[in-house]
Amino acid sequence: MKNKNNLDPEKAEKLLFQMLLMRKFEEKSAELYTKEKIRGFLHLYIGEEAVATGIIQALKPEDYILATYREHAHALARGVDAGVIMAEMYGKQEGCSRGRGGSMHLFDKEKNFFGGNAIVSGHLPLATGMALASKKLKRDNITVCFFGEGAAAEGEFHEALNLASLWKVPVLFVCENNLYAMGTALRYTHAVQEIEKKGPAYGIESKAVDGMDLLKLMEAANKAVEQVRSSGEPYLLVCNTYRFRAHSMFDAELYRDKTEVEKWKKRDPIPKFRKYLLKENLISEAKVQELEKRLNTEIQKAVDLAEAGTWEAKEELTRFVYSENPVS
Amino acid sequence: MSELKKITYREALKAGIREALLNDDRVFLMGEDVGRYGGAFAVSKSLLEEFGEDRIMDVPLSESGFVGAGIGASLAGMKPIVEVMTVNFGLLPMDQIVNNAATLLHMSGGQLNVPVVIRMSCGIGKQLAAQHSHSWEPLFAHIPGLVVVSVGTHEDARGMLHTALEHPDPVIIFEYTSMLNLEAEIQIDAGHTDISRAKVRREGKDISIITYGIGVYKALEAAKRLSEQGIDAEVIDLRVLRPLDEDCFIKSVSKTHRALLVEEAWASVNISSEVSARIMENAFYELDAPVKRLGGSEVPIPYPLHLENASVPQVEDIENAVIKILRP
Ligand SMILES: Cc1ncc(C[n+]2csc(CCOP(=O)(O)OP(=O)(O)O)c2C)c(N)n1
Repeated sequence: MKNKNNLDPEKAEKLLFQMLLMRKFEEKSAELYTKEKIRGFLHLYIGEEAVATGIIQALKPEDYILATYREHAHALARGVDAGVIMAEMYGKQEGCSRGRGGSMHLFDKEKNFFGGNAIVSGHLPLATGMALASKKLKRDNITVCFFGEGAAAEGEFHEALNLASLWKVPVLFVCENNLYAMGTALRYTHAVQEIEKKGPAYGIESKAVDGMDLLKLMEAANKAVEQVRSSGEPYLLVCNTYRFRAHSMFDAELYRDKTEVEKWKKRDPIPKFRKYLLKENLISEAKVQELEKRLNTEIQKAVDLAEAGTWEAKEELTRFVYSENPVS
Repeated sequence: MSELKKITYREALKAGIREALLNDDRVFLMGEDVGRYGGAFAVSKSLLEEFGEDRIMDVPLSESGFVGAGIGASLAGMKPIVEVMTVNFGLLPMDQIVNNAATLLHMSGGQLNVPVVIRMSCGIGKQLAAQHSHSWEPLFAHIPGLVVVSVGTHEDARGMLHTALEHPDPVIIFEYTSMLNLEAEIQIDAGHTDISRAKVRREGKDISIITYGIGVYKALEAAKRLSEQGIDAEVIDLRVLRPLDEDCFIKSVSKTHRALLVEEAWASVNISSEVSARIMENAFYELDAPVKRLGGSEVPIPYPLHLENASVPQVEDIENAVIKILRP
């Protein structure tokens, strides 16, 4: 039976588990980073989990997803195996990008997950182009593109929105507004701080939503996705959220107050959703405990897979620069 | 002999910026996260507090926009130091750099000088994968109208900015992320760097190792090891990649009669290609052995450490290459 938010116990459990997995997976990643198992840049999504969860639950498997370098949660939500992601972060060839990408470049073509893009805003034009292809090929899938509010200052954001609107292609632009681009706050970088006001300049319907509340996000995402699908036109959804952790592991967080972070942590989307489910009797305490246990096994499995993973041979170094099986 | 001081590469860079800001009111630093964050690599840490917002400007993510604005400010009498966080993002403002900075003087019949300085950190970091490990000095060195310099030593980290700011034309300065924490001793009163000249970093008689950037310390280390085997290598730091100081390396090759060219940039069409061609044109009959190049492997830089290391010349590679040339 579905409640007024269109939730039944099965879906409720799935979504809660997904968010818990994202959180635990990244906490584990941070730990493994300090142990130098994971190297390079590592950008955590902790605090923002409701956004990826709320948006991706509204999609079909054939819809394309593009994300940033802060994309572990998106990959998990899309169903990329936690172990394969972890192996990628270890740099092992069992990883989803053969270990060649690392944390910032998770790709899984089969799952229609197109990265893992680390040039800020660089993937927005790609999203517009992929949606254009869907239109030309008369596919009924849509493209969803995640990016930060920092990216919305880039020319490529504006160019991509303009073209998407001009060409009338089915792309959902999802701005994850966590208020900071590295250490520079929104107020120092945008003359008009409501990002949702930028869509209408290009004739794109736009909406802002509370990014800390999964229920509100699901409602907004369902509507936005449905609209993009039926109209075949772009839409801009701005999710106002906050990252609880540093920008990356190299960030001393000199630019914001601890009190501000603590204030936002009170709005943590995960306990909020869990509380709601318990209140609505969509889940039981016993079930929650069972989920936590399953979670630990899942994380352990992921780490084991990564640990057992193997290094690609040096002789393979120059592979994949050009296609190995060019299609004639 | 003047007093020596131990200093990191990062501190040397910062000292150069501070001195420039103190010397001339027209100088200001702008870039992403140079202020409140303290610089992406903490190079400009605390400069905002010392010099204020007018002179240490945080800018939004919009590389074309702010690099263009820096070029404009220099046209109108300012002396901007524009920091593009890393060369990896340097393709976004490439249009501004090529079509405006490098071109205006010529296009205006010699009327418009563009005395802008653009700093970019460059090279392989620590397992930052394909989109964050570029060595693109050759891309910029291809463009007439630009002065392109490379900071291979601590002395130049401190001394280059001053001369670059005095130059009437646009100067691109490449700094190296992986060297930031490296300590070295420099003379307290070491002056400013002559950015029209290459520099012989070690004199030798058996072979000329010609390099720049990260290659300099690697080549010096290799030369040290080679000296233990009775080989006396000369090490040349090209330092200015456009226009090249041909006299310096032609003179050296005419003395040693052998040359090994070393750099991290992809091997085809890199700086060494140009140096090699000039040796053929100007010192062919001086050579006792073919010129040999050691460049970066022609592959997007992979994430795993062992593959990353395999992608660029290491000290042992330099050592082995020299031995092969001298004792075939
Ligand atoms: C074109 C470009 N410029 C600069 C950077 C360095 N950088 C990486 S993430 C980041 C901040 C981006 O902020 P935002 O778009 O709001 O996303 P968030 O990291 O907050 O999720 C910066 C400046 C980059 N990767 N690409």
